[in-house]
Order: sequence, then C-alpha cells, then structure tokens
Amino acid sequence: MSATVPHPSLFPSTSGGQTADPLQSLGEPIGATITATATRMSSERGSDGTEESGVMVQREHVEEDEAYMSLQSPHEVRELQTQASAPTSPVESSTPIPSSTVVDLTPAEAPKPPVKEIIRKTITGYVGFANLPNQWHRKATAKGFAFNLMVCGESGLGKTTLVNTLFAKSLEDQGVLPSKVDKGIGPEVPKTVEITNITANIEESGVRCRLTVVDTPGFGDYINNDLAWRPILDNVEKRFNDYLDAENAPTRTQLRNLETDKRIHALLYFIQPTGHSLKPIDIEVMKRLCDRVNLIPVIAKADTLTDDEVNTFKARVRADIEHHGIKTYKPEENDYDDEDTIMENREFMAKMPFAVVGSLTQIELPGGRRVRGRKYPWGVIEVDNEDHCDFVKLREMLVRTHMEELKDRTAQTLYESYRTEKLMAMGISQDASVFKEISPQAKLEEERQLHEAKLAKMENEMKLVFAQKVAEKEQKLRQSEEELYARHREMKEQLEKQKQEIEQKKIRIEAGTPTMEVKTGKRGKFSLGR
Amino acid sequence: MASVAPLSPRPAGSFSIENEQAPSVPLGGYVGFQTITDQIQKRMLQRGFEFNIMVVGQSGLGKSTFINTLFNASLLSSTGRTLPTTPIPQTTSISTTTHTLTEGPVRLHLSITDTPGFADTINNDRCWDPIVKYIKDQHSAFLRKELTAQRESRIRDTRIHCCLYFVKPRGGRGLSELDVMVLKKLADVVNVVPVIAKSDSLTLEERAEVKELIRSDFQKYGINLYPYSAPFMTDDDSAINHQIHSLIPFCVIGASSSFPHPSHPQKLIRGRRTRWGVIDVEDERHCEFVYLRNFLMVTHLYDLIDTTREVHYEGFRAKQLLALKESSAGGNAGQGQQQQPGRPSSRQALGGY
Repeated sequence: MSATVPHPSLFPSTSGGQTADPLQSLGEPIGATITATATRMSSERGSDGTEESGVMVQREHVEEDEAYMSLQSPHEVRELQTQASAPTSPVESSTPIPSSTVVDLTPAEAPKPPVKEIIRKTITGYVGFANLPNQWHRKATAKGFAFNLMVCGESGLGKTTLVNTLFAKSLEDQGVLPSKVDKGIGPEVPKTVEITNITANIEESGVRCRLTVVDTPGFGDYINNDLAWRPILDNVEKRFNDYLDAENAPTRTQLRNLETDKRIHALLYFIQPTGHSLKPIDIEVMKRLCDRVNLIPVIAKADTLTDDEVNTFKARVRADIEHHGIKTYKPEENDYDDEDTIMENREFMAKMPFAVVGSLTQIELPGGRRVRGRKYPWGVIEVDNEDHCDFVKLREMLVRTHMEELKDRTAQTLYESYRTEKLMAMGISQDASVFKEISPQAKLEEERQLHEAKLAKMENEMKLVFAQKVAEKEQKLRQSEEELYARHREMKEQLEKQKQEIEQKKIRIEAGTPTMEVKTGKRGKFSLGR
Repeated sequence: MASVAPLSPRPAGSFSIENEQAPSVPLGGYVGFQTITDQIQKRMLQRGFEFNIMVVGQSGLGKSTFINTLFNASLLSSTGRTLPTTPIPQTTSISTTTHTLTEGPVRLHLSITDTPGFADTINNDRCWDPIVKYIKDQHSAFLRKELTAQRESRIRDTRIHCCLYFVKPRGGRGLSELDVMVLKKLADVVNVVPVIAKSDSLTLEERAEVKELIRSDFQKYGINLYPYSAPFMTDDDSAINHQIHSLIPFCVIGASSSFPHPSHPQKLIRGRRTRWGVIDVEDERHCEFVYLRNFLMVTHLYDLIDTTREVHYEGFRAKQLLALKESSAGGNAGQGQQQQPGRPSSRQALGGY
C-alpha cells in the first residue's frame, strides 16, 4: 500500500538523539551536502518537526505537490491528515507533506500519471560513498600523472623560457634541451625540423607529475619552410600509433605505466608579436595540427605590445583563426558546472590567444618586493601580474584547472578519431550487429522465423525433387511402354506372318500338293516321308 | 691661410685636393674665393637634395613606424593586414612614395621604397631577387640617361642611397639563414645598415649578447657593411667609422605617437606607453634611435649619397660597359670602341651631382 520503506532499525537513526557513531562526524557534512540537494519538501519536513530515518523514496514530478499527493492511497492520506500536527511514526509516513497544505483527496479522484519520474534517494544517514573522490585521489597520487606538452614556434620566441616559467624549474638542468645550438648556415647544413624530448619528474605537495616537453627546433628558421609541419605531424601520429599498438597488444599491463602514454596532450603554438595578423606559416601549420592535438595559440614576447596593440592583435588573430577554420582548444561547458567554473571558462576564452612573457629571473622592485620578471630601463614587467600579461591565465588553464580535461580530450576525442580513421583506412568496417539490442523475446521470434523459413525451404526442395523424380519415372515408363508396344506389334506381325504361312501350308496340305519344297522339308517341317 | 668653414663634420671617404702634385702658394692679399662655399651652399639650397631610402624586412617588424619616427612625419601606413580576407602577398613587391620635407632652409626630396611581401610566405627562396633587381634597375636607368647624346641638365637620381635591413629580435641568437643570404646580396649593390627591430623585447644584457652574435656573423659570412673603410681616410674618419661599426646593428624602437612625459608633463615625447613603464624613443638609455638618426641624418647623409655614386654606381657602370664592350667585340670588332665614350672625371664632387 505504501511505498516501500526499509525498516528503520537497519539504519542508524538520526532522529532524536545522537548515536555514538565515530563516523557520524565524518558523515555529517557529507550527509548535509546531500540533503541540501533534496527538494523543498524535505526542508519543510524538517520544519514540520517530523523526522524520517533511513532512506526515503521520493517520487518527483514536474507537476506540483497536489498531483504528487494523488498517488497516495486513501488510507495513507487519512492517516497523515490525522497526524498532521503530531509527530508521525517513522514507519508509516513514507511520504511527507508540507504542513501548509491540507489535502483532501477522495478515492474517486483518478490519479494523474507522472510526466517524468526521477527517483532520487536522499540520504540522511551515513553511507560513505561520497568518499570516493578521495579514494581515487589517493590512488592517483600514488601512481602519479603524466603530461606531455609540445611547444612549436620559430626560434628566439621564448619557448623554452616559457616552459621553464610554467613549471618553475629550469628544465635545461635536467637534461639537454638543445635550444640554442648553432648549427651554422650553409648549403651543407641539413634544413630539417627536429623533434627533441625532455622529461622531468616534478613534484608538488605529494603529487608527482611526469612532465615531458617536446620541442621543435628548426621550425620556421630556414629560407624554405615548406613542409615544416610534416615532421611535427608525423611525430604526433607516431605517438598515437605507439599507443594503439600498446592497446592492441595481447598483454596490456604496459598501459598502466605512465611512460606508455606518450600522446601529446597540448600543443602551445607561439605566434610572433607583429601586431598585424597571422603569418602564412602560422595558418598552414595550425590548420594541419588542430585535428590531432589540443591547439593553444600563444602570443610570445608580449612585452613588445602595448594594451591597445595587444587587443587589436588578438582580435585579428582570432578573426584569422575563424576565417581559416582552425579549431583551437576550447574548454568544455558542462550542464552541471557551477557558476565559478563557467565564469572561469568564459574568461579563458576571452583572453585567448594568451599574450605571455616568460622569465625565471627574480627582480627586486623599488618597493622591496621580489618578483619574477624582466627588467628594462623603463620599468619591470612582472610575469605573475595579471595586468601585465596573460601568463597567470595560461598557467591556470594549462596546469591548474584544465590539465585533466586536456588529457581527457586527447584520449577520448583526438585519439579515438585517429584510431577510427586508421582502422577504416585499413579496411575494417563497422560491424553494426554488435550494437543490436538482444532481448530473449525477439531472439526467440527470430529463431522461430528462421526455422520456419528453413522448413519451408526444405519443403520446397523436397517437392521439387519429388516432382523431378516423378517426371523421370514417368518418362521411363512411357518409354518402356512404347517399347512394349513396339515389341508387341512386332511380335504380332511375326505371329501374323507365321499364321499366314501356316495357313498356306495348311491349304497346301489340304490340297495335297506334292510339291513340297525340299528346303522346307529340311527345315524340319513334318514330312510324310515321301 | 684661408680657413674653410666646413658644411658638416668631415665625412669619411672624401678626396682631398692636396693629394695632387702642386705646391701651395701663400696669398698676398684678399682674393675672395673663400666665399665659394657660400655660393655652393646657396645653389644647393635652391636645388634641394634628393635622398632615397629603402626599408627591407619581414612584415610586422616596425619598418613603417620607424620611418615615421625617423622623419618625424606620417609618411607610411603602418597598420598592415587588417582583415582575414585580405590576400597575403606571395612575392616581394616594390612601392615607392616620395615626399618633400623642409627643415630650416633645406628642402629634402625624400623617396621611401618599401618592400611589402618580403619573406612573408612559407617558402622564401629568392624573395630578395625583386629588391636587387630594383636597385640595379635604378643604376641602369641613370646610366642610360647619362649615356644619351642629349642629356638633361640634372638627371633625377632614383638610385637607392641607403638600405635599412630590419632583423628580427631573436633572443640569444644571431642572424638567420635568410638574413645572411639577403645581406650578402644587398651589400654588393647598396649601402646596407642593419637594424634590430622592436628591441623593446630585449633587455640590455640580451641586446649586448645579440649584437655580439650578429657582429661575429657579419665577419663569419663576409658581409661588408656601410660605412666602408676607404684607403684615403683621415684618423678622424677612421675613428668615426670604428665607432659606427661598434654600434651596428642599431637597436631601435619605433613610435609615431607623442604624448606628454609622465614626469615632465609639459614636454611631449614620442614613445610607447605600457603598464609597466614608459619608453622614450629619444632616450639613449632606452634605445639607440638617436645614434642612428645622427648617423643617418646629421653626419653621414651626404656621404651616403656620395658613396652610392662613387662606389656602387661606378662599380655597376664599369661592369655594364665592360660587358657591353665584350659582347660587341664578340659581334663586330670595329664598333666596340665607340661604346666607351671618353669621359672626363665624373667626380663632380662639389658642383652639382
């Protein structure tokens, strides 16, 4: 009759008195947050003075409470009505009512069907699965994270400095980042874009990150920069290929290692601060790479641009990007994001492309403050000052808030589309039958139909065969019949002939013709011995 | 002895008459030829001067802004490509604008040759060809005008007197492959002055480093830059030359708008205003604009014109005429000599040019 309510003794009761539950203190805030999302009714329930323990099942409707109330059985309603002011017994009242409305429903009223039914369980007791993010966090921090960042741009734009500034560490100390190797200029010097890797393990508050920075020295530095994008694209696709191989391998324990995921999670593309617009090489390269990596354009050396110039330049760069259909990275907007996140994302989008300045050197300002920045005769530009450049925003987006999203998009969208393209190119077609819903009914039906079809077919076949055989036999019989007829005639003729001969003989004998052919006598005819 | 008031500080490479074999004779009284300098000056002021300057560099390096700053006038448009639908030029084109500037009694016919589209595509092979061709074409046009039977009294000089080459400010690096190639080609035909553009992206230490690297690159690749060291140079001239060469390449910042100085509001300065400081273009501590301006305008303007005529044009002319002589000598032997007209000294150093 009433909605099922588990017996209250199964759950610790929060009504009337505190149980000495050590976990309760932990559960309280969690429980509080959950009940905060409960509907209006439960808050009014609280004001009602009634308290339910255990799990309450609330059927939510798009309609108002009246329709909701109509689902109750008349018995319940009457009971609730009588106990409106008094505290209701926990077992009986499964559905709370706002104290303000007194509902008088007659059983005759037809219950209205719910339009949308969402069952939400409001927990007032402590369950504990809200601790799940903490568990994941603990496990993930033990394992560490991997982040692969690629920087691309002409030499001298401050790529290395910016990466060092982002991660507050001079990666050159870790290994050889051959940023300023002078290969010389001449016809014999190979004019290729190289790809160099440098990996460092950085740690902050117990969270370890395996950071790989991929540099592209030689990009855009030569007279002829045709196909400068090719080595970069090849490298990105090679990383996808390696991951695909690791995924398809028979033993996939490698996938759990951090080192296996070498896919590029973000590409910082450095734009020269000309103040005019994008160069042809920028457009070309960005077009080629935007489908395979999360492309984040960045205006390098932004200390050459004044405020107005920065804004004009950004507007023109954005117009160019849109005009050529280059898909740069956009933070996703989810429906259940809170206001802060939405605001943050909008700010990022407004500031892209980020105008950045990088520096590791600490400068002492006249006021005594020490900042990271660049010292000029006319002033000091502070890297960490949002008024001076967009470095803080870039770091926020790249490292603090969107690192996981970048990795996610790489794994889900970019990698999957690459994999699809590659496999379809290999000739593996989509097998739609894998996705068909299998219900036993339908399956039985299908089988039955198949069976019947088979039977029908067999029947047809057998009929055909039968008819065929019959025809054959018939033909044979007809043939033999004819033969018989033929023989019969033959024999008949022969007999006739013999009969005639004998008749003649008879006549002759009766006539007594002596002439008898000796021949015939020899033939064994009966002779009288004359 | 009559003293000669100099027109300007003695530029390098000028010939002196005392080198000829003639004894100097003291004068007994007043003759009056010392005013010839005033007469020349008056005539030159009447005629006006012609100066042709060319700017070469990638787009967005501040060439047009720099020209506007140098001549303190709005001469070139510096906005660049505004709409994404505007096509990007695929080859280097040459565009010349002429202005007449007046400062004091001096009239200057200034021609600025811009090279839009230089090094703006992905494959920049031979993007310097149109520039070199243009320079040679001007020499060739002048030569033809000189060689005609009936010459104009004053041939309009369209030869490029000075070429400013703008280098990208790359931190910690010297010249790029393209820079080396273009500088080598240009230094053969025109006076080249290399300039580091937008040097407000380099701190003072970075500037010193970059200059060192670039200077060593000049030596390494054998790029011969103006001012040239000539065999007959006085010590002063050599000193000046040396000084200039220690400053090359000049670190410049261009700014065409003026605003009041933050600490002295009554003074208008040209510069750039950023949130972290105010750059004054004419402040030597901020950039080397004043040195370059002095070099180009105050001390070496006439010498640039002179060197173009004496070194580059003469070299071009000699090559052309020799080539003509050889080609016609190969064709028909007799007429070869006619092509080489006997030419009195064309060093019209002081009287008309």
